[in-house]
Amino acid sequence: MIYAQIDLNWQQHDTWIVVIGILCAVSSALLGNFLVLRRMSMLGDAVTHAVLPGIAAAFLISHSRSSLPMFFGAVIVGVLTALFTEWIRRVGRVDEGASMGVVFTSLFALGLVMLVQASDHVDLDPDCVLYGAIESAAIDEVEIFGRVLPPAALILGVVTIVNALFVVLCFKELKISSFDPALATTMGFSARLMHYLLMVLVSITAVASFESVGSVLVVAMFVVPAAASYMLTDRLAWMIVLSVFIAAASAILGHGSAIVVPRWFGFESTTTASMMAVSAGGLFFLAALFGPKHGVLVKWVRRQFLSFRILCDDIVALLYRCEERETGSPSKAELADNLFASSWTLWAALATLRRRGEIAVDGAVSGAVDGAVDGAVSGDFHLTGRGRDRARQLVRSHRLWEQYLVVETSTETDRIHDKAERFEHFTDRPLRDRLDRVTDAPDTDPHGRPIPSEKS
Amino acid sequence: MIRGSRNTTDSDVSGRSVFSLGCLSNAGSSTLRLLAIACLFLFFAAAPRYAAAADSLADTSATWPTWQQWKRVLSLQDYNTRVVLLGVSVLGAGAGLVGSFTLLRKRALMGDALSHASLPGIAMAFIIASALGRDGKSLGYLLTGATVSGLLGVAAILWIRNKTRLKEDAALGIVLSVFFGAGIALLGIVQQMQYSSAAGLESFIYGKTASMGSNDAKLIIVASAIAIVVCLGLFKELKILCFDEAFAGSRGFPIVWLDIVLMSMVVLITIVGLQAVGLILMIALMVIPAAAARFWTHELWRMSVYSVVIGTVGCVLGAVLSAVFPNLPSGAMIVLVCSFFFFLSMMFGTARGVVIRTYRRRRLNRRIARQHLLRAMYEHLEPNTIGAGVKSSRFESKAAVTVSELLPMRSWGWGRLLPTIRAAQEDELLRFTDDNVFFTRSGFVEAARLTRQHRLWEMYLIAYADVAPGLVDRGADDIEHVLGPEIVDQLEDLLEEQKMTVEIPESPHGIGVPESAGPQPGGSTS
Repeated sequence: MIYAQIDLNWQQHDTWIVVIGILCAVSSALLGNFLVLRRMSMLGDAVTHAVLPGIAAAFLISHSRSSLPMFFGAVIVGVLTALFTEWIRRVGRVDEGASMGVVFTSLFALGLVMLVQASDHVDLDPDCVLYGAIESAAIDEVEIFGRVLPPAALILGVVTIVNALFVVLCFKELKISSFDPALATTMGFSARLMHYLLMVLVSITAVASFESVGSVLVVAMFVVPAAASYMLTDRLAWMIVLSVFIAAASAILGHGSAIVVPRWFGFESTTTASMMAVSAGGLFFLAALFGPKHGVLVKWVRRQFLSFRILCDDIVALLYRCEERETGSPSKAELADNLFASSWTLWAALATLRRRGEIAVDGAVSGAVDGAVDGAVSGDFHLTGRGRDRARQLVRSHRLWEQYLVVETSTETDRIHDKAERFEHFTDRPLRDRLDRVTDAPDTDPHGRPIPSEKS
Repeated sequence: MIRGSRNTTDSDVSGRSVFSLGCLSNAGSSTLRLLAIACLFLFFAAAPRYAAAADSLADTSATWPTWQQWKRVLSLQDYNTRVVLLGVSVLGAGAGLVGSFTLLRKRALMGDALSHASLPGIAMAFIIASALGRDGKSLGYLLTGATVSGLLGVAAILWIRNKTRLKEDAALGIVLSVFFGAGIALLGIVQQMQYSSAAGLESFIYGKTASMGSNDAKLIIVASAIAIVVCLGLFKELKILCFDEAFAGSRGFPIVWLDIVLMSMVVLITIVGLQAVGLILMIALMVIPAAAARFWTHELWRMSVYSVVIGTVGCVLGAVLSAVFPNLPSGAMIVLVCSFFFFLSMMFGTARGVVIRTYRRRRLNRRIARQHLLRAMYEHLEPNTIGAGVKSSRFESKAAVTVSELLPMRSWGWGRLLPTIRAAQEDELLRFTDDNVFFTRSGFVEAARLTRQHRLWEMYLIAYADVAPGLVDRGADDIEHVLGPEIVDQLEDLLEEQKMTVEIPESPHGIGVPESAGPQPGGSTS
C-alpha cells in the first residue's frame, strides 16, 4: 500500500550514490570502532577541518588545482594533526579533546591565511575545495578494466579494502593496544606504532571521503555506527561487524529518505550525504534505547521488574511479620503507607501474588475478578502456605544478615536494618546456610526476635 | 572605546567580577603603548610566514604598512575597528571564562559540537518564519532557532553521557555530526523555497569577524556579561562540579542542573559569537585560552583570570594585526595569535610548562644519581671499615674507592658516573683525585643517612610487608630518595617494636658482614 505511493524513480545514478555512500560509510565505520574505544571520536571532525593548509600548500607549490597533490597535501596534514594532538597531549599533559581543539583550529586558521594569499591570483574557494557532494561524485565517470564507474567509487573501494585488511590482519594488535597499551608493549609490539598506523588510515579515509562525498558523512560515520554497535554488544569482533552493517544500512536508508521525506512536506529531494548522517543518528538512537544489554529502555524495564519483585517480597515479608506479632493483617492503605508504593503498583503486586497463590483474600471466592482486591476491607489479606514459605525465607535471610553484621563486622545495632533489608532479596539457600554456620546457628536476631527455621 | 566596554558591562556585574573586567579597563589608557610593543613583537613572529607566503607568489603586492596605518588602527580612528575590537575582546573574555570550566570538565570540544548543532535550528527557524510570512533572515528568529537547537544538542549530549555507556567524546561526536547532517538536509530544502531568498543563510554560521556590526557587538556584550555573572555567582558550585562530580553529588549539589547551567552558558556564548565571528574562531576561543591558562597555575580562579586575559589580549592583537595588514583575515589571525600564546604557555608556563617540568625532572634525576653514588661508595667501603662487633662504620678520610670499582655497582656508564662525581665534588661531598674517590666528612654523614634510610625501608618491607629479602632492594631503591624525616621517624618506631636495630641497620643482603654469615649473600645493587 505505502510502497505504491512511493515513487523512488530509481536510476543507475541512484545505485552509484548508494554504492559510494556504503563504501564511505563502511570504510569510516571500520576505523571508527577504534576511535570510539580510544575516546578519540572527535578526530574525524578535527582532521576534516585541519587539512586546509595541506590543500593550500599543495596548491601554492604545484600552482595547479589537480587533485593528486592536494590529496597528498591533505593526507600529510591529516597525519600531522594526529601527531600534534598526541604530542601536545603527552608533552603538555593536556586533555585529548583540548589538544585536538588547539591543533585543528590553528591549522584551519593557518590554511585560511594561506588561501587568502593565494586567492589574489586564482579563485580557490575553501568550500569548493573542501566539500564535495555525493550526487556529483556519482555522475563522474572513469573507465577501468572495460567497465564504467565513478572515480569516487574506485577510490573509496580501495580505501575500504585497505581498511578491512588492516582491521582483520591487525585485529589482535589493535584490540590489545586499544584496551591495554601497557600490555601491548609487554607483549612485544608497539602500541604507539598501531596508534600512528590507525591515524594514517583515518586521515586517508577522511580525505578520500570528504573530497568526494562531503565532510558531514565522514565525520558522522567515524562515530555514529561504532557508537551504535557499542550499545549492542560487548565483543569487539561483533562490534566491528555490527558497525559495518549499521553503516551500510544508514547509507541505504539515507538515500531513500533524502528522496522520500522532503516530498511529504511538498519539497524536492534534499542532500543525500546529510540524510545518511541523520539516519545513522536514528539507528544510533534505536540502538541506545533497545540494545539488549545496555539499552536505556531495556535497562529501565529490567529495573522496573526488579523493583516490582522487591515490592512483592516486601509485601509477603510484612504480612509474615504481622502474623508473627499477631496484630492482624494490614489493610491496603496500611500496606501502601508501609512500603511507599503507589496504589497502582501495589494493586499490580497484590494481583500477581494472588495469581501465584502466595496470598489469599478473605471472603473472596477463588477466581474472583481482580476488582475484588480493590474492594477488600481492612484485614483481608493473609498468606497461603506457599506465601508463608517465601516470607519465612526472606525474614530468615534478613535476621541472619542482621546477626552476621553484628557478630562478624561489629556494626552498630541501629545501622544493620537497612543493609539487611537490601541483602535479603538476593540471599539464596546456600548463602543462608553459610550465614547460619558462621553465626553459630542463632535462635534470635540482635533485636531479640526469633529467626525462623528453614522449613516450617 | 575599550573604556566604554567597562561602563556598559560594569553596571550589570557584581563586585567580584571587577577584577576580570579591570584588565579590560586598564587596557585603555596606559597600556596602549604596551599594546603597540606587543603588536610589534608579534609582528616579527608573523613576518616570516607572511614573507614566505608572499615570496611563493611572484607578483605579490604585499606592502609594509606605513606608520600612518599603524597609528590609524592603534588610535582606534575607524568606527569599524572600534566595533570589532570591542566585540572580539569582550567575546574573548566571556569565552575564556566559560572555556576554563568546560576544559576542566573534559568537554573542551563542547563549543565545536554546539556550533554545529545550532545549524538545524537556524534552518528550521528560517523555514517556519518564512512559512508564516515573516522575514526569515531577521536576527531574532535565527538566534532563537540556534539557541533552541543548541539546547537540544546539550540535552542529547547529557542524555548520551549519563544514560548510556558511551563517553563524553562519543556523545559530542554523535551530536555534532547528526545535528549538522540534519541542518545541511534542512538547508537543502530551504534552497528550494520560492517565497524567500535563502542566500547568505550559511554565512550566518560562518560569520566574518571583519564585518561585525554594532548590533553584534551589543549582543556579545550582553551575552558575555550574563555568562560572567553566572559563572562568578556559581563559582564554588561549578568548581566542585569540575573537580569531583561524585563529591558534589554527595554534598547535595544538584549536579545535573549545574551541568545544564554551565552548558547553557556555553550555548549562549557560542551562538552569539558564532554569528558574529564564525565557527572556527568560536571553537578556538572556547579551547585555546583556557588550555593555555592551565599551564600557568593550579588554582581555578587564577586559571579563569589568566584565560580571560589571554582570550582578550589574543583577540585584540589578532584584530589589530588583521586591520593593519589588509589581506590577513581577522578570524584566522585571532586564532593564530591565540595558538601562539598557547605554545608560549605550553613551553614556559610556570606551573605545568614543558621547560619547568623538564628542569624539575633533570634536577630530581641529578639528585637521585648523586644519592646512588654516595650509597654505592658507602656500601663499598663498609666491609673494610666495620670492625668486629661494631655496628656502624667509622669515617675514614683515607678510605678510597676507585671509579672502576664503582662502575659495576650500578647500571651506569662513565658518561653518567663522572659528571655525578664532579658535581658532588663541587658541593664538597667528595674528593676526587686521579681515579680515587674519597668521602669528605659531610659526604660521609650524608651517605650514612641515605644508606640508613635505604635499609630501614628494606627492613620495614621484610618485617611488615612480608617481602622476600631478595626482592626488597628495588623497592627501597625507588623510595629512599623521597623519604621525609617524619616517615623515617615512623619507620624507626615500627622497627623498634620489632626489636630491630636502628643505628644503621645491617643490610639484609649481607653487605658489611663477613660473607658466610650473611643471610643473603650478594651485592645489594647487583
